[in-house]
Amino acid sequence: MDFKDIIRPENKVYARPRLLTENITHYCPGCSHGVVHRIVAELLDEMGLEDRTIGIAPVGCAVFAYNYIDVDWIEAAHGRAPALATAASRLNPDCLVFTYQGDGDLAAIGTAETIHACNRGENIVIIFINNAIYGMTGGQMAPTTLLGMKTATTPYGRRVDLNGYPLAISPILASLDGTCYVTRQAVHTPGAVRKAKVAIRKAFTNALEKRGTSVVEIVSTCNSGWKLSPADSNKWMEKHMFEKYPLGDLKNV
Amino acid sequence: MPKVQGAVTVDEARCKGCDLCVVACPADVLMLQPKEVNDRGYHFAFAARPEACIGCAACATVCPDACIEVYRVVLK
Repeated sequence: MDFKDIIRPENKVYARPRLLTENITHYCPGCSHGVVHRIVAELLDEMGLEDRTIGIAPVGCAVFAYNYIDVDWIEAAHGRAPALATAASRLNPDCLVFTYQGDGDLAAIGTAETIHACNRGENIVIIFINNAIYGMTGGQMAPTTLLGMKTATTPYGRRVDLNGYPLAISPILASLDGTCYVTRQAVHTPGAVRKAKVAIRKAFTNALEKRGTSVVEIVSTCNSGWKLSPADSNKWMEKHMFEKYPLGDLKNV
Repeated sequence: MPKVQGAVTVDEARCKGCDLCVVACPADVLMLQPKEVNDRGYHFAFAARPEACIGCAACATVCPDACIEVYRVVLK
């Protein structure tokens, strides 16, 4: 059969999700953000939540998320997304409210908001992109940066005596009574992407059923910040990041 | 066992040439353009061996820019 005969609408098995806008993303080539955006857009379409979803955009690389996923968005101040999500979900109990945050936003400046929103058990979903670096501002050290990892502000590698230990925030959130689902996923292979999609679907369902806070941590790459190619960053992530941030469910009530 | 034939199309203007689809493809169908670039200067991906495609959608699943569409037919 000829190549051109196959490319017909009735044979299509994978298409660009309807809820992704036509804008070309500002993310670097190979950035994990694009994959997670796509999963979220696919899920909101599949679950029919287009008209009753409120996304809370963070400060960080994903600050322009509202340009790419065609649902309602609120832009939060740095780290304050869970606080804003609390208000949005309490005022609009019929809506799905999710935040989309990076590690600098969630685990550094927004630690208090994150922990207290989770402790109150707000019916929101927190999508946490952990790439162990401040990508947007030029690759500075984040709380989640691994020991020995070179960044713009730790050019000789992160040291315990100077910079402290890397912060794994998901186990802290899993220990709180308000959370119902805390999981850690990645999007580096097709299989991992499918698992991450299942996890986010479960988190969205929990929020709609008012079961408490769901946290989906996505261990991601920042190939520009790590100074590696996208394929090499995925390998580096498998080798080093998964040691400190192992994948799997941390809490599933 | 029925043979499956797939096909992929790449939105060349949107592709950023990150190479992730090339790595993910189990049938070595995709390649980055060695010389040609798109409007933004990226060596975009293209189906170098379209006849080998099995339509598994692994490339589209890992594409960060959602620029790959996958088609599949079962040959009888």
